[in-house]
This record gives sequence, structure tokens and C-alpha cells, in this order.
Amino acid sequence: MADWQIDLIKVVFIWAWALLIAVVMTWVERRASAMMQDRLGPNRAGPFGLLQPLADGIKLFTKEDIIPERARKILFILGPILFALPAFSTYAVVPFGDKIVIGGKEIILQVSDVNIGFLYVLALSAIAVYGMVIGGWASNSKYSILGGLRATAQLISYEVPMGLALLTIVLLYGTFSLREIVLQQQGTFLGFLPNWGFFKQPVGFIIFLVAAYAEANRVPFDLPECESELVTGYHTEYGSMRLGLYLFGEYVNLVALSAITVSLFFGGWALPYVDMGKFLGPVSYGIASFLVFFLKQAFFLFLFVWVRWTVPRFRYDQLMGLGWKALIPLGLVNLFVTALLVQLTT
Amino acid sequence: MSKEKGLETICITTGPTEVGDYVTLNIGPIHPAMHGTLRVITQTDGETVISAKPEIGYLHRGVEKLGENLTYSQFLPMTDRLNYCSAICNNVAYEMAVEKLLGIEVPPKAQLIRMIMMELARIADHQVCVGILGVDLGALTPFFYLIIQREEIYEIFEWHHGARLTNSMGAIGGVEADLPDRFHEKWPKMRDTIRRANDETDSLLTHNRIWMDRTIGVNAFCGDDALDWGFTGPMLRACGVRRDLRKDEPYLMYDKVDFEVPVGKHGDVFDRYMVRMLEMEESVKIIDQAYALYKELPDDAPLMKKMPKIIRPPEGQIYHAIESPNGELGFFIKSDGSDKPYRIKIRPPCYMVYQAFEDLVKGEMISDLIACLSSLNVIAGELDR
Repeated sequence: MADWQIDLIKVVFIWAWALLIAVVMTWVERRASAMMQDRLGPNRAGPFGLLQPLADGIKLFTKEDIIPERARKILFILGPILFALPAFSTYAVVPFGDKIVIGGKEIILQVSDVNIGFLYVLALSAIAVYGMVIGGWASNSKYSILGGLRATAQLISYEVPMGLALLTIVLLYGTFSLREIVLQQQGTFLGFLPNWGFFKQPVGFIIFLVAAYAEANRVPFDLPECESELVTGYHTEYGSMRLGLYLFGEYVNLVALSAITVSLFFGGWALPYVDMGKFLGPVSYGIASFLVFFLKQAFFLFLFVWVRWTVPRFRYDQLMGLGWKALIPLGLVNLFVTALLVQLTT
Repeated sequence: MSKEKGLETICITTGPTEVGDYVTLNIGPIHPAMHGTLRVITQTDGETVISAKPEIGYLHRGVEKLGENLTYSQFLPMTDRLNYCSAICNNVAYEMAVEKLLGIEVPPKAQLIRMIMMELARIADHQVCVGILGVDLGALTPFFYLIIQREEIYEIFEWHHGARLTNSMGAIGGVEADLPDRFHEKWPKMRDTIRRANDETDSLLTHNRIWMDRTIGVNAFCGDDALDWGFTGPMLRACGVRRDLRKDEPYLMYDKVDFEVPVGKHGDVFDRYMVRMLEMEESVKIIDQAYALYKELPDDAPLMKKMPKIIRPPEGQIYHAIESPNGELGFFIKSDGSDKPYRIKIRPPCYMVYQAFEDLVKGEMISDLIACLSSLNVIAGELDR
């Protein structure tokens, strides 16, 4: 097989995989929240209600597509697309497994090992904001525009701490490539701790996690949507599959964010203490590394759900306060200390 | 925002208008956080509320006027539709007002049953209020814990008089039925589950940092202002004024039971929430004691005073108020000696609280406005009548 064919298969596979996880996530979210709230959740369509997302999809597709009379049409249509696409694209640089050998050919389980993978991730997450802002503005409704404004302020202020947290990782591992970072996280340090970003950079991890929740628009940072104040915020005027894209894009975003979290802070596809490559065949090793990555990712996906149904929501000013007064100074100090340590130890 | 300029015209202008450089944001009457059909027209500067004008009347059904054309007994179901979260309190308040006009006293057993049912209704009302406050601040989970317990309470109502939400419990002169048999097994278990649900809510919310930030100090109100505005009930007590009609002007057998009146300090959203949480606990205590008193009475004690078929109170007027979950709920009845009241006037606690809404939220943020509204527990049915 030619290289481009392999690349194409990888692209299609990872696109379908991300889509599948996101679809299942909508079901997990509803079932898990029901579990936490003494309810049953959707359990009618298919076994355990697993076909519920499909039913929802069909419903959204067959609904009438309404564009408000006073909306800006082009932007109104552009909004949801801009929101959902970057989330998918982020997955292009995620190393979702080590490598697999098929027919004597070594295939790296990553769509593209961009040497600036990091910046790519940050850039794409910044683009997603435009989806919300444009959607909110083009709807020509006050609730929507308030939601869009909140989204702008929130995402800009949380991109800074996120960048600061990620910079410490770059300092530690000396590379922007996500695959390189995962490879460097293998083995242990101090004799017993896995060489994970989480153990080397706990403060950075916490900053990153909080910023990730803000990026993903989840409770406690779901201010742009905020169903009790702004009806549903930036997508108040949307219906049909356009609304579906917004809702669904959020889950794709979660999948991408948890994948990044795992790659940067939790050793990616590798198990701690155990080198799977030693006792597994080349094919099974590839599959095993993929599964390990997925399990770690699943934990973070569940964490998103868990937090959402546990805590209340911040107020707008408190959210900005947390970002600018707590996370950014903390991130700066953390960056400085990390830089100092890296300088002293090498 | 004129149509002539075509579809590209932007509705949202922040430029100078006749009201100043602010955005008018119309919240309600159809809005997820406007419980029922409330409407607030706000002027906002960014996220800050410059003014908030409540508009009422979207649920006005003319209950008071209807009362003039119905006999005294026929009016009872109308009172269900006032505060539908605790319909029993409205029923009892109205019955007691008519009984006061007639100058009769209902049998002790009926009094105790009324007390037990009213306190259950109070718990149900507070559960909804606290749950909704959580929902409006983004914490959806406690709501379900509380609402499950409310269902259990509604089950007891259903056993006793057949209805769950619009109860129409009792009649002028007493109550129609004894406590249901199943109540005797249910109550000891239910007492624990109610407390457990409250504990879960407490552990999820009270000391949660985000919850504290969102509620402490948010639209704080001082006791003097609250009295001036005519606040009653949990709203007034949260401001630090110890006023509870059950203690101050005891009716039924509230003077024979021992309970505390929880009082807040700052009158902010957090205090209102805490006062309601503590009141639920006190209500459980009251039910326990009332149930013990009930047990002392013989099984065949009368439930009803002997009443004429058609009630014709003597000419005169009367005002009677009870401590409903929201505060002082009063019924003023003027009788001209016929079988229909000459005039009925209801004093709903929400009305007095809601009129201070602008004072409460001015200068706060939109999120606080929503939090404030849920903590006031304004029930449109009672407000608009």
C-alpha cells in the first residue's frame, strides 16, 4: 500500500472513531447523570438505550430548518460549522497509539506527527470560539449575543493559562510534537513514579484541566449557554441539525480535549511500569496501545460528566476573576519555576 | 429596528435610546428561569442590571372576584390555585378564616391533622424552592434528590384526600378524613429519607466554594427595609427578624409543640437558602410532636364540627392569617349574611416580596437577578391571583 492510502485509512478511521465516541458520550452523559440523580435516563431505544443518540440524530435531521428572518444568513450557517470542525481537526495530531506492523510495514498510529502539534491544538481551540461568537451574533437575539460575548471573554481569558500550562510541558520535554512528548513520558523517575507529565508538572496539570473545562464550555464554566439565564445562550435561535452540530461539537471537543490531556500528562498509550512491546506481537501491541489510550481517555471523559452534575455554575465576573487573578499568576509562577529547574538540572 | 431598512437591520443597538445607553433585556414571561409567568424588563449595562421592572398579571384569573359568586364551600378549590406548591396551607388558611367568621372551633383531631398536612406541605414547598434555586445556579442534581422526597409527600396527600397538587383538603368545620392507615408506617421511614435528602443537598451545596461565592452577599437586604416593604416568612427571617405567626400568634395547636424559628443575618440568597433548609428540619420536628399528640386522642374522636348544609356566616368582616411556607398568607372576608361572601381579599406573601424586586437586584449582575428570583420563591398563581 502506498503511504497516501495508509494516511487516508488513518484519517477515515480516526474521524469515525472520534465521531463514535462523541455519539456514545451523549448517551453516557445522560445515563450517568441519571445514575447520579436517582433517575433511569434514556433506556428505551435499543439495548440500554444505546440507540438513543441515533434516534436523536434522526429527529434533529428531520426537523424543520429555521433561519430567523433577521439573522445574518451566511454567518448563521457558518457558525455551527466553525464550531464543530476544529474539534474534529484537533484529533489529527493526537497520537492515539504507538505503532502497528502490518505486512512488514510500520504504521505510526497518529494521523500526522506535526512538529508543532502543540501550536496546532491551541490554534484550533481558538478557532472554535468564533463558531460561538459568530453564531451568537448572527442570530440577532439579545440572549444569543450575551452568550456570544461571554464565550469570547471566557475563552480568550482561559486560553492564556492553558498556554502557560502547556509551555511548561514544552520546557520539560523540549519538543512541540505530541508523539515525541508521549515517547519521553515512558519509564520512571525518582525510582518509582511514572515519567508522566502529571507527576512532573502537577500544578500545570491542574491549570490545564481547569482551562480545559472552560474551553469545553462545561459546568462550572458553561456561561455561554447557561440555560437558566440566557435561555440557551449563543444557540438560542438555532434548531434542527444546526443546533445538533453545536451540541454534538461540544462532545467532539470533549473527546479531543481528553485525548490531549492523556497525551500530555498521562503518558499517552503507554502503561506505567510495563513495557507492552516486549511480550506482545507487533499487531496486538498496536491494538493494546490503542486500547490503553482509549481507557485513559474514557476516564477523563467520565470526569467531565461527573463534574458537570456535581457543582453549580460560576458567575461571569467570578469566572474572569478565577482566570485572571488565580490561574494566570499561578501559571506564570509555575512557568518560571519550571524554567529555573530545567535550566539547573540540564 | 424598523422593517423598512430590510432584513439586515440589527435589532440590538447599544447606542443612545430614550432610556439611556443601556440594552433593554426582556426576561420572561416565557423564560426558563421565570417560574410560571413572571416578567422582568431589565436595563442592562453589559452584565450589570441598571433597572429591573417586574410586570405582573400574566396569571391573573380573578380569583377574588370569582369568590363573590361562589358559596363559601365552593370557593375552597379556588384557593388551591394560589400557591400551588403548598395548596394545603391555602386551603387551611381559608377554612380557618371562615371558621373564625362563624365563631366555631374545629375538633382537636382535625386541628392536628391540619397541622401535620400543612407542615408536610411546607416541607414540599421548601424542597421545590431550594431545588429550583440549585437548578438556576447550575446545580441540577440536588433538585432530583429533593423532588423524589416531594413525591413521597404527595403520596401521603393522595392517600388522605385523593389529590396530589391541587389538594382542596378539608372543609369548613374540620377535615373530611382521618390520617390514612398507611401514614402510620410511612412517616417514621419518610422522616429519615427527608432528612437524608436534605443532608445530601447540604453536602453538595452549602459548603461548596462556588455555591458560597454565588449566594453569600448576593442581594443582601436589611431587616428594617424588609419590614418596610412588608416582607414576611423566610424572606423576613433571613434578614434577621424573628417573626413567625406560628410562634407569635399561635393558631391550631402550634402553641403545644416545641420548635425553633431559624433566623438569618444578612438577608442574602445564602441566608434564605439556609433558613429554608433549617425550617424543613423544624417542620419534621413539628410533625413528630403533632403526631404524638394525635396518638393520644381516641380513635373515634370527631373530625368534623356539625355544620349546616349551606354556610351563612353572620354579617361582618374578618381577617385571618397563617404562616404559609412563603410568609403571612391572609384571607380577608366580608360577609353580608348571605351564602356567598360579599368580598374576599387575599394577602399573598409573594406580592409584598416581589414589589421590592428592583431594590433587591439593582446593580447586581444578570446571574444574580436569576438567583434572587428563585430564592424569593415567587409563585405566579399567588402573586397574580
